[in-house]
Amino acid sequence: MGQTIFQKIISNVTGIDKPEEGSIVFVEPHMILTHDNSAAISKNFKAIGAEKVWNPDKIFIALDHAVPPPDEKKALNHKIIREFVNEQGIKHFYDCGLGICHQLLPQEGHVIPGVVIFGSDSHTTSHGALGAAGIPIGRTEAASIWAIGKTWLRIPESIKISLDGKLSKNVFAKDVILSIIGDMHSDGASYKSVEFHGEGAQAFSISERLTISNMVAEMDGKAGIFPADKVTDAYLRSRVNEPYKKIQPDTDATYIQEKDFNLNEIVPVVSKPHNVDNVSPISELPEIEIDVGLLGTCTNGRVDDLTAAAKVLKGKKIKYGVRLLVYPASQAVLLEGMSTGVIQTLVEAGGELAVPGCGPCLGAYGGCLAPGETAISSANRNFKGRMGCKDDTAIYLGSPATVAASVIEGKIVAPPKEVF
Amino acid sequence: MKFKGRMWIFTDKNLNTDQIFPGKYTYDPLTPEQMAEHALEDYLPNFAKEVKKGDIIVAGQNFGSGSSREQAVKCLKFAGVSAVVGISFARIYYRNAINVAFPLVQCPEAVTYIFENQETLINEELTVDLSTGRVVIGDKSFSFPPLDGEALNIFTTGGLIEYTKKKISEK
Repeated sequence: MGQTIFQKIISNVTGIDKPEEGSIVFVEPHMILTHDNSAAISKNFKAIGAEKVWNPDKIFIALDHAVPPPDEKKALNHKIIREFVNEQGIKHFYDCGLGICHQLLPQEGHVIPGVVIFGSDSHTTSHGALGAAGIPIGRTEAASIWAIGKTWLRIPESIKISLDGKLSKNVFAKDVILSIIGDMHSDGASYKSVEFHGEGAQAFSISERLTISNMVAEMDGKAGIFPADKVTDAYLRSRVNEPYKKIQPDTDATYIQEKDFNLNEIVPVVSKPHNVDNVSPISELPEIEIDVGLLGTCTNGRVDDLTAAAKVLKGKKIKYGVRLLVYPASQAVLLEGMSTGVIQTLVEAGGELAVPGCGPCLGAYGGCLAPGETAISSANRNFKGRMGCKDDTAIYLGSPATVAASVIEGKIVAPPKEVF
Repeated sequence: MKFKGRMWIFTDKNLNTDQIFPGKYTYDPLTPEQMAEHALEDYLPNFAKEVKKGDIIVAGQNFGSGSSREQAVKCLKFAGVSAVVGISFARIYYRNAINVAFPLVQCPEAVTYIFENQETLINEELTVDLSTGRVVIGDKSFSFPPLDGEALNIFTTGGLIEYTKKKISEK
């Protein structure tokens, strides 16, 4: 019987021939990702009684959730992390302002196809965009991996999603994954690995794949994997020196579920409050006035995302009384956006440019809503209170172009086709 | 391991980590007792004040969906909740619970029965027996599959910190 990508990745990293679904294996990660939670993890690491991390070259830490720190507590949190990094000689440390963990990990060449990435962050599924199994874990588990270099996994069943056809001009990868989640629901991939296939999947850039794999977390997937191909090679060429295997599933692999989506049929959508799977075409919404637009986060803060928003906002102003928060996903994204004029366009339109990071998405720092306010956001979650205030607030999720179009009108509208 | 306690019945689907433990506290260095003060703050603001040691949460589908934040498990544990009996649990939440040795019991039959008979059962105490895999309410008894494999090893050792300590000492 054929093997899924997940099974073949496990085989690649453990040497186990044909690991069976449902079986338990111990896995050493290619890299383990943590962020502002690293101080708490270092406390657990010490509670374990460990002295040295198992391999300082395989530990990645980025400070991104509350940057630059807004208060003494969060500043101290960062200080504890820096001290731990120095004490342990951790190789891949990215300080405040360099970017969001899920942007930096691939951008800086720390992800290759065919490996397992563990991350103490639910959106670690992102790294499936490069043909790796990006698997989210919690803080205590991250501490244990720092100490002993491995953890257990149950080999999951897999879901095959085929994407065919071509997107309309004002429809984006974000609309695709929101439409999939709307169809499959918030627990539609619980304990499962999701694979993306089809000519539509192959046509997506790494940035678009990152958006889709990122949000597999929102249907509770264990991983969301695009098989590595020539698009992956092109992205990795300037970033990675080490050899890697472009693992493909066997043609006779068995899937617990198979779903087909036709990209031609996907339209601009939003997730309505307060669940990500509460998805509706924008054309079917009543008039929804908004107070804030958030452009950025690990889902949609890359150059192509900011560029799409800038195309909509070029020569226009956001509506009086509405705010537009612009959070580039990394310093490299910010610099590229500056050199292409995209940042200039967004700021001239009325955008508030912030330090690369992800604070407002989860109400960790910056961009907090006031009671009664509504946001349109390019982030990944719209849970009640997510952006720092729960009193009669509402968060709608959409593509960066939808955010841009909506802040001009002061209400949620689909992006215009003619600018793309 | 056997628990008997009052029930908190939350019928919501996808009761998420942000409702259980708000994001604004996640990067403050808090003790488990301080985490407990914020338990379910954005869902049921009085919960942390009213919860009593040994209480059991009866939860709907996909409880704990969303973030990987472990505080969403720890805050309930340190608020005194002895177990959550649910229809289903989000993956990372379930794993985090094993790692901090907090009992989650997936028993959709028991939960559906409790949801359907809330009014008559609300003052009953619920019994959860982890060793026999049974949930008992009034004259009804339901079975659930107990933990096995590594998950059981980690849970019975008292959580992943103790388990990893043991692994290191065995080397």
